[in-house]
Amino acid sequence: MNNLLNRRDLLKLAGMGVAVFVSGTTVRAGGSSQKENESFYFVQLSDTHWGFSGPNINPDSQGTLKKAVAAVNALDERPDFVVFTGDLTQTTDDPRIRRDRMAEFRDIVSQLNVKSVRFMPGEHDASLDRGEAYQEFFGDLHYTFDHRGVHFISLDNVSDPSGSVGDKQLLWLQSDLKQMKKDARIVVLTHRPLFDLYPEWDWATRDGSAVIDVLLQHPNVTVLYGHIHQEHHHMTGHILHHAAKSVMWALPQPGSLPRKAPISWDPAEPYRDLGFRNVEAKVAEAQYEIEEFPIVRGQ
Amino acid sequence: MMKRLITYAMMVGALTGISMVGRSTAREMRTDEQVVRITASTFQFQPSTITVKKGVPVTLELISEDRHHGFKLADFNLRADLKPGVVERIRFVPDKAGRFSFICDVFCGDGHEDMSGTLIVLEESIRP
Repeated sequence: MNNLLNRRDLLKLAGMGVAVFVSGTTVRAGGSSQKENESFYFVQLSDTHWGFSGPNINPDSQGTLKKAVAAVNALDERPDFVVFTGDLTQTTDDPRIRRDRMAEFRDIVSQLNVKSVRFMPGEHDASLDRGEAYQEFFGDLHYTFDHRGVHFISLDNVSDPSGSVGDKQLLWLQSDLKQMKKDARIVVLTHRPLFDLYPEWDWATRDGSAVIDVLLQHPNVTVLYGHIHQEHHHMTGHILHHAAKSVMWALPQPGSLPRKAPISWDPAEPYRDLGFRNVEAKVAEAQYEIEEFPIVRGQ
Repeated sequence: MMKRLITYAMMVGALTGISMVGRSTAREMRTDEQVVRITASTFQFQPSTITVKKGVPVTLELISEDRHHGFKLADFNLRADLKPGVVERIRFVPDKAGRFSFICDVFCGDGHEDMSGTLIVLEESIRP
């Protein structure tokens, strides 16, 4: 919590050459020397929880994901790809319903007008069956891909219901990073925070510090994650961690209430605190500019 | 005699599947030790509120009635895996007063997020 970044901190980061766009706040740094072809951008959506039902939390639970898809398709510039950082579906004990929800989710997001969509599991998708159904629909639980000079690593810290990455995956990560140049541009995508954001609410990864220790060996690493249903920025060493808003419901700031509980729907401001983000990757500078978007314009 | 008691306690533990977390031995037991049994089931702890005294040792006896759950009391850096049929014991001495949340930290289903409780630690009464 001590490392929670406020606006002043973000401005300091900007002064250090780290660029962050936050909720429309213009916080840029790094100069304008980059060439257009060195930059690209992608969209992060998170915690869509398809199958959730709770009229007091989101009375439009059947429509919000579709609105988010439409909002992404309406962006002025088409992103290179879209990534969903977990909790695609709401959990259920019934394996058949789980698969139904995954099929429905997949159908809805197939309407995204982008060349590529990347997925990763959240605990709602994968913890009860250790990712069995998830893999049937979306493939590997962890993987890497490269895109225009950036090495993306999708880490699974949810298929183990204790919220761990595990020794086997940690070795896989170490092996992958050994093949990378020291100054490689690396973006880690994961669901739960890798650091102890607020363990009292289980906002942590049990062996996340071991993962961070490995990542710290590389100077250009940024982490994008979900799980906490709100925008949040944090630094561990030189690594910036950015949490994304949820598409389905918002959660309170860490520790701000005695108990963690979804924020109630406000009819006066529907879809408030829900959204998605654009991430502009400036490869040459190893900088990432984040711009938050609402589900419905005007929010 | 004490050695025999400890041996007996270890045998009972082995036979009943009781496991120990923390530094608990029969030799350290105090007469005023607070022993609290908590059962975990989907998706609640029972009791969900427990009250103890600061400075007085506490032993939590934790057991799951159905599936794999977790118990995490972050403010005291305590946790345990709770599996059906196995009693986990956590012994600690609360060194601060207040209200502290404990949660299930093993994802267990649709009500997992609601599976929490409160530990109330009262200031220890002044002894004569």
